[in-house]
Amino acid sequence: MLRIIKERLHQKYRTLDYPRQKPALSPRYLGRPTLANVECGDCRACFEACPTGALLPDPAGPDGRARTPVLDMGRCIFCGACRAACPKGAFRFSGEHRMAVFRREDLLVSAAPDPQADAPAPAYEPPFPPRDYSLFRRSLKLRQVSAGGCGACEADCNVLGTLAYDLGRFGIEFVASPRHADGLLLTGPVSENMRRALLDTWAATPKPRLLAVVGACAISGGLFRDSPQCRNGMDGLKGTQGTDDLHVDLFVPGCPPNPWSILDGLLSLRRKN
Amino acid sequence: MFSFDYRQPADMDSLPLLDAAELRRRVIRAVDGGWRMLAFFGLPETARPGAPAGLCCVLAHDATRTLAALRTPPLEQFPSLTPDCPQAHYFEREMYEQWGLEPVGHPWLKPVRRAPDAEGDGESAAYPFYRADGDEVHEVAVGPVHAGIIEPGHFRFQCYGENVLHLEIALGYQHRGLEAMLAAASAYGPAQTTARRLLLLECAAGDSSVAHATAHCVLWERLTGQDVPERAWLLRRVGLELERLANHCGDLGAIAGDTGFLPTSSWNGRIRGDFLNMTASVCGNRFGRGLLRYGGTAHDLCPEECEDLTTRLRAAGRDARGAVDIMLDAASVRDRLNGTGALNRADARALGLVGVAARACGLPLDARFHAPVSDLPGTEPCLEQSGDVLARALVRSREMDDSLALVEADLSRLAARTGARTAATPPAPPSRLPARKLAVAQVEGWRGEICHLAVTDAEGELLACKIVDPSFHNWPGLALAMRNGQISDFPLCNKSFNLSYCGHDL
Repeated sequence: MLRIIKERLHQKYRTLDYPRQKPALSPRYLGRPTLANVECGDCRACFEACPTGALLPDPAGPDGRARTPVLDMGRCIFCGACRAACPKGAFRFSGEHRMAVFRREDLLVSAAPDPQADAPAPAYEPPFPPRDYSLFRRSLKLRQVSAGGCGACEADCNVLGTLAYDLGRFGIEFVASPRHADGLLLTGPVSENMRRALLDTWAATPKPRLLAVVGACAISGGLFRDSPQCRNGMDGLKGTQGTDDLHVDLFVPGCPPNPWSILDGLLSLRRKN
Repeated sequence: MFSFDYRQPADMDSLPLLDAAELRRRVIRAVDGGWRMLAFFGLPETARPGAPAGLCCVLAHDATRTLAALRTPPLEQFPSLTPDCPQAHYFEREMYEQWGLEPVGHPWLKPVRRAPDAEGDGESAAYPFYRADGDEVHEVAVGPVHAGIIEPGHFRFQCYGENVLHLEIALGYQHRGLEAMLAAASAYGPAQTTARRLLLLECAAGDSSVAHATAHCVLWERLTGQDVPERAWLLRRVGLELERLANHCGDLGAIAGDTGFLPTSSWNGRIRGDFLNMTASVCGNRFGRGLLRYGGTAHDLCPEECEDLTTRLRAAGRDARGAVDIMLDAASVRDRLNGTGALNRADARALGLVGVAARACGLPLDARFHAPVSDLPGTEPCLEQSGDVLARALVRSREMDDSLALVEADLSRLAARTGARTAATPPAPPSRLPARKLAVAQVEGWRGEICHLAVTDAEGELLACKIVDPSFHNWPGLALAMRNGQISDFPLCNKSFNLSYCGHDL
């Protein structure tokens, strides 16, 4: 008993006062991308390098000349291949871990209109929820469903329960049954074999409910996009049979997202205009 | 039997074509003589989809660091090895499902990766679960969606009171078609093929990214004869051992949690994160994604970074040691773990278990020792004899010390060689592979031996790219460990194996 107490004193208090204090992330961490506007000419290097097709040609070239493509964070696995491939340095990855958004189209990152690549990027302003989630402000219980994930997103959700993050102090908790839950948190590209179990779990979640999708796989299929065994995450699942009332409330991009990104996403539901 | 050094690719043309009965006879004799089945799979004749396939079996003799390969011409049926060689049981089920080769006489021919309630295919009859009959026997079904944050799988217990007569584990929910995607990667053009395969394998099992990436790089390097600088080996091992530390630490915390010993449970959750964050300091990603490249690594460390990592490693190592010792010294914990979920050595060997689960039964299987990937000074397997949850916890606890020492030594060697940051400029990936070769890579991930295997055809195209995660060998071990145990022992038993669903399902 005395040894346990002694060890307890050694292990100290380790919970970070998030979001007041910012987490210290690795300088090599690739966070929210920022794009500079460059003229691409015939160069296709980034398109060829990107393993998930996350780069979309910029449709709005004002003078008809090819410019920096749009980056879809919903598909991006943050591997940095585009940054390495671009001869003009159009792609940068900041250390910003806050990346969650409420609408699919908000995951598209365009080049800053200002062509001065050297100008410091303006501070990132996270978006406000388009709907009122105040019902879940003090208590949000989530059921996690892993549908073909590799286990990394699941691990980074699980870790939120540890004392470094201490999810419980925000009134947020992962619960054992959809019957106890206010919503689902989905990871994985939705394998064929998990499709039915996912829809059953959704149907078992009482209304009002919300749906958070975490990770590139769950948003778009990620690396497993276009595998015949997967449904391309919510991108592919929406509009198919039995998914009429499936509405995504929160998107957290990443492969896997940093735990702080997931925590920021869950907390952003209580952000007020 | 055609045998070769484990580091050398074998020439496919020197492998004699055997008939299935002869292959069966030779494999069973070899396994009786101390060889071990690394992989047993369908080998198509050509790279064309739907080409007729024959059998190919790769065996390892750990004491002499020798591999052996056997193959047959294309066939549709073969006499099952399983009745005389239980190691083959899971491979033969996979063979039937994946290549349509029927093992005649297989006692338990069920799907491996088709989920019990999967939709869509014509034969979606109910999964043939084994049932124990009797008035007082009841059945407990769990999953695929579990109570915790964990991957999906289905467990079916046949219980008599609290006692588990039989546990059947039905997986496949995580099946993403990984091997098919590896084969299809060449369609993305030469610039992407190698990079894409590596990215996919980093996601084979997300908690073993570095181990699977190492196995893939080693496989390709052996196929093409590519040399890897020592500095890259040091960096790769730092990644691999940090992965082991993080997961062993987390597993011991999870065992503490299911024992009800909460101090270690909560501390280890945090310390696991410290190890993951060290990996992030090396390559930016907590799971080691993007650390490796064909022929080297994508990142390097300067002396200051090595020093910073060493300081953090010592602090986390001290915290982990303290937290785990408190737990393992508590009489109540020892009592709960002792004798729970015990497997004996003969069963472990017959089933072909690997990794922590095998070493806990006294089997000296550690690929770092019997199939080292580099010339760096290595390690000895940590063995326990009792085969129970306690043994699996003790193996992890001792391996943490080994890994801490290895990482610290590697970091000091990396720091000593200033200015030589050549590891981060790996060579260009090969534009084509040599023709008609079979290469094998064995890497000891934290869970156990990961085996990757590739066979090329006359044009250097991939005929087979086989991934065998340690979970593939070990899931049947968990089912056996539960037999005649209490159903309340299952969470603890499960945590002590901590097997991967996606690594199995691929």
